[in-house]
Amino acid sequence: MANLLVDKTDALKRYPGQRRESAFQKTIFLSALAVVVLLGGIFVSLFLYSLPSISAFGLSFLFGKTWDPVARTFGALPFLVGTLLTSFFALLISVPFSLAISIFTGEYFREGILSAFLKNVTELLAGIPSIIYGFWALFVLAPVVRNLQTEIGSFPYGVGIFTASLILSVMIIPYAASIGREVIGLVPSDVKEAAYSLGATRQEVVTKVVLPYARSGIMAGILLALGRALGETMAVTMVIGNSSLLPRSLFSPGNTMASVIANEFTEATGRLYLSSLIEIGLLLFLVTMTINIMGKYIIKQLTVEG
Amino acid sequence: MIPLLLIVFYIITNGISSLSWTFLTEIPTPVGEKGGGIANAMVGSFLLVIIAGIPSIPLGIAAGVYLSEHKKSKLAYWGRLATEVLQGTPSIVIGIMAYLWLVVPMGGFSALSGGIALGIMMLPMIIRTTEETLNLVPDSLKEASLALGVPYYRTILRVILPAGLSGIMTGVLISVARIAGETAPLLFTALGNAFMNWNIMKPVNSLPVLIYNYATSPYPEWHRVAWGASCVLVVFVLTLNLVVRIITRRWKVQF
Repeated sequence: MANLLVDKTDALKRYPGQRRESAFQKTIFLSALAVVVLLGGIFVSLFLYSLPSISAFGLSFLFGKTWDPVARTFGALPFLVGTLLTSFFALLISVPFSLAISIFTGEYFREGILSAFLKNVTELLAGIPSIIYGFWALFVLAPVVRNLQTEIGSFPYGVGIFTASLILSVMIIPYAASIGREVIGLVPSDVKEAAYSLGATRQEVVTKVVLPYARSGIMAGILLALGRALGETMAVTMVIGNSSLLPRSLFSPGNTMASVIANEFTEATGRLYLSSLIEIGLLLFLVTMTINIMGKYIIKQLTVEG
Repeated sequence: MIPLLLIVFYIITNGISSLSWTFLTEIPTPVGEKGGGIANAMVGSFLLVIIAGIPSIPLGIAAGVYLSEHKKSKLAYWGRLATEVLQGTPSIVIGIMAYLWLVVPMGGFSALSGGIALGIMMLPMIIRTTEETLNLVPDSLKEASLALGVPYYRTILRVILPAGLSGIMTGVLISVARIAGETAPLLFTALGNAFMNWNIMKPVNSLPVLIYNYATSPYPEWHRVAWGASCVLVVFVLTLNLVVRIITRRWKVQF
């Protein structure tokens, strides 16, 4: 429509204020271009600055177990493992809860005060800064975990991978639940009505019709939540314990990709150290980008179908 | 759900006790001294949000207009993709970028670099809400304006944008609420500062960074300050979100 109307035909070129017109067109064009260039620039400069470490370590960067700034040996494996562990456990804990919330608000109680209340609260909580979650976890969650560790007889660190997973799961519930609600809302009602007319109970409809139908959308929601968990920095940094050793158990302190950058970036002395940290940033950027694009793509497919 | 509410409750009950007028108007005292407040962090956060908004709000709105006006063009496709990727980019990576692009060339940490980092984080949110809101404005409105002989750029600026104003405002406010609580990109750009500072070329303190530094410190008095600062931050963010809700309910973009 717009293209048709502002096509540079002779008629349009003659009206007064035509210079402003083209200036306006150029401005909005350049602004859109700037966003693309910005993203490209981020990628290119991350890559350029991590070149020293890429050329020094190559692929062994990903599998090296030692991260020793003094000896100038940098292997990112402890952080990769830490990131994977925390995100995986966070998902494991949060998926049942967020699924339950999304079924509740998306299927059972679509309208009504309780559902509206839940929806509003989830959205408000999603806006709370991550530093607040981290602070709370450090002072409330960590002592609880420390007591738990004394109970089961492991060394009472209090902080560590387990605590980080717990707080991460709390943080991603609102996000995953709101995506889940939307996806479940997309299930067409004729499918559900068909099942009801065959005598299915409500529980059967949910487990046998709605969930299978919304499966790929729920997967996408989990993927997007994962993307968020991977990149989450502050809350994790405060409770993970910051140890650059390969984590031995679920309760031992560790470090994630994001938290090691947050902790060591300002102290990084020397080109290789800095460039190794930037390479971790590059990895993080690429991984979250892939996960986000995949998740958004699945959701887009669904919306087009439904 | 309940743990989430508990967190907010816990923060507010803990924080409210350390709130007082002097807490909001004084700068922090060294360890061991009584009193002290968070005025410098509030000023810093304010400065950072302003610096972030000045380039990002116009740029974001303009890019959003482009995306909604040229839906099918190639640049719009890439622009949309870039916006989505940018939105999912971890904030710490944005911090690295601001460090490489601004802190290193300028030779030191500064409020300016922190503000720009936050601006980059704001951008995708503003673009998306602008685009989505403008998509809701019916074509007939634009056609009517064009048919009256109003030039295209005036149609956009005087008819289409005002029609979608409440939606765009919502986007801007939400993004402000989000960057006000952002810590990671500030750690190595705006750094933090124990003193009052209005100079944008120098490091400034900000609420989230203050909370981070004080919460991880070993001193109980500092923890008390951090609780108070958290309370201020949470109340600020929740209020902004509530304002947004009221705006969207009152002046919904509907045709």
